[in-house]
Amino acid sequence: MEAFAKYPGVYAEWSPNEKVAMEVGIGAALAGARAMVVMKHVGVNVAADPLFTASYTGTNGALVVITADDPSLHSSQNEQDNRHYARFAKIPMLEPADSEEAKAFIKLAFELSEKFDTPVFLRSTTRVSHSKSVVNLEKPLDVEDRTAIRFNTEKFVMVPMNARKRRVVVEKRMQDLRAFAETFPENRIEFNNPDVGIITAGISYHYAKDVFPEYSYLKLGMVHPLPVGLIREFAAQVRKIYVIEELDPFLEEQIRALGIEVTGKEIFPYTGEFDPGIIEQAITGRREAARAIPEIPIPPRPPNLCPGCPHRGLFYVLGKLKVFVTGDIGCYTLSFMKPLEGLHSCICMGASIGMAHGMSKALGEKGRGKVVGVIGDSTFLHSGITPLLNMAYNRSNAVIVICDNRTTAMTGMQEHPATGFTLQGEKTLGVDLAILVKTLGIESVRIVDPYDLKTVRTVLKEELARSGPSVVISRRACVLFKREKSAPRKPFRIDPEKCIGCRLCLGLGCPPIAWKKLENEPGSGTKETKGKGRREGVAVIDRNLCTGCGLCAQLCKSGAITKEKE
Amino acid sequence: MMETKGILLAGVGGQGVLRASDILCRVFMAAGLDVKKSEVHGMAQRGGCVTSHVRYGEKVHSPLAKKNDIDVLVSFEQMDTLRYLDYVKESGTVIINTEEIYPPAVNLGEAPYPANVAETVRRFFTKVVPVDAAALALRAGNIRAVNTVLLGALSSCLNLSLGLWEKVLQESFPSKLIGANREAFRLGRGV
Repeated sequence: MEAFAKYPGVYAEWSPNEKVAMEVGIGAALAGARAMVVMKHVGVNVAADPLFTASYTGTNGALVVITADDPSLHSSQNEQDNRHYARFAKIPMLEPADSEEAKAFIKLAFELSEKFDTPVFLRSTTRVSHSKSVVNLEKPLDVEDRTAIRFNTEKFVMVPMNARKRRVVVEKRMQDLRAFAETFPENRIEFNNPDVGIITAGISYHYAKDVFPEYSYLKLGMVHPLPVGLIREFAAQVRKIYVIEELDPFLEEQIRALGIEVTGKEIFPYTGEFDPGIIEQAITGRREAARAIPEIPIPPRPPNLCPGCPHRGLFYVLGKLKVFVTGDIGCYTLSFMKPLEGLHSCICMGASIGMAHGMSKALGEKGRGKVVGVIGDSTFLHSGITPLLNMAYNRSNAVIVICDNRTTAMTGMQEHPATGFTLQGEKTLGVDLAILVKTLGIESVRIVDPYDLKTVRTVLKEELARSGPSVVISRRACVLFKREKSAPRKPFRIDPEKCIGCRLCLGLGCPPIAWKKLENEPGSGTKETKGKGRREGVAVIDRNLCTGCGLCAQLCKSGAITKEKE
Repeated sequence: MMETKGILLAGVGGQGVLRASDILCRVFMAAGLDVKKSEVHGMAQRGGCVTSHVRYGEKVHSPLAKKNDIDVLVSFEQMDTLRYLDYVKESGTVIINTEEIYPPAVNLGEAPYPANVAETVRRFFTKVVPVDAAALALRAGNIRAVNTVLLGALSSCLNLSLGLWEKVLQESFPSKLIGANREAFRLGRGV
């Protein structure tokens, strides 16, 4: 997005959420522009409401919706197959297989959208989105400016009397698209060995080509609607057909419904992404050439909050408070893991607040002072405002913490409506979260610095004891966020003589702090922990990683952790 | 037709795995080859595993290698080498940065850091190249140039002209960093 926004002749912006983005796109298309909205698979769930009816209205200009699916859930909360949305919303869907095709298909998608007066999906998956391959550059098109105000209430006011008529238009359009799909050049047959035919689309095509270059292929560039005639033609020319597709048997079921016998999900996995090896194994039935490399047990390396991460202090306190913490989508979701264990649910963006309210209502007095919802600043602006309004309106006793790290950290420091900057880096209004929250009807709003453990604990306890909803804003910029970087702090060190080996500091799960086992510890009385005999080890800090946040020093009861001197 | 070959770069978020694989791809492109890469870096900044598959040849289909099909594994972290051995061909090369980055379980004292990683790898592969990339990067004048040191070590396993590497390196770094990175590459190549 940051790169796209710099091209001449285009306008781009960050939206607070996908529904807003879709509506902005629909409006721009209605005005005659070529509009594109880009989101991941779960984003389409958020944007589905306007999209389903935009399918009825059509577009005037062009509307292309990119859905980036994530087989294997590399960084997502589910693995939904968004090809179903194309059928569900009655919208055509293209599926590129690599970078070059992604570029070519975008152009085709705009043309389709204009030609058939419909939104068009372009579906990508992780290995198309997060990959790079060689692209041949072309001259940019000279697109004629067709923007204008055009009134057409029968087409754009979707009240029942108009929508019923558009409903018929949608079915007619699908028929036209089916006919178009038959001759669409990106639905192509590569005729080769007639013994085996493979019907596939997207990245699976390349996986299969890698291991079975000699077979015949029907590669579908458009996965909805399907070219029924072309599929029958292909099926008639090959003896055995495999349908290769990640996730759901979307193509397979439709092809079977044509009365064509195929092999699909009985040999290929339903879950997870494919690779050439998975396809090879499924078709040949062979286990991969088993080289005797036994599995060597090594500790896992889960992602962790960074050294100096402002979330760490907050979630350390939450973990100790013995409250239920409904979580949300952000780096802080990682704090469900040991040793912080300060977060207990994660469903989708914005869910933390609604869920905290629901739990609090369901538990009644039992839940008093026991339910906290946490949400990041950008996620709060994505979809936390309405559930917080609901809390103020319907009065529950939960406490909501907005983890305000001043940016969208998890995905790479994108701007949002509270940062004060646009996608292009221009200054704009930055919403004041405290004022916004108060305006929604939350009477008690407190701001804390998550580097100050004692205050965080005190404020959370006070707010939990209060009747009615309240909000705590835990504010400190992400430690990786360059624009708000504070002056470098001196790293801390642990005096091995003073450390009593109590492990309290390790409870922060901070990457620079490690446990060092002591062999042959001399039995000096001064080094004994109370009632626990001699210490088994000490904690040490890797000074190259330590950012000097000082949380560990706040926890240390023996005064062993101090800031390094000049 | 030249068969497609595969390189797997693997390390920990923040080590510059993806930058290294970008540079590597540019070198293959400069050599007139087709190249594709794919990576998973959703949480790369948060200390998790980062991997990048790079495949090159005359015509590359899959950006992902299958198991037992990687020609060179470049492991940016010692212990993590063991995570990816099943991807490497029997005749493949394993480059190991001997740097140790402790995962949470090791930090908490719940699991030991695996000992003798290079020896374990040698049980399965003959071409094993341990590199103290951190020390060499420091000697080159920039501790963050670990990735460039490892590219240097990788370059001696690949049949590409030094001139191509130098040209792409020159284009990949701003002027104030190029000196240290050029030196880091040279030191890595000498390993």
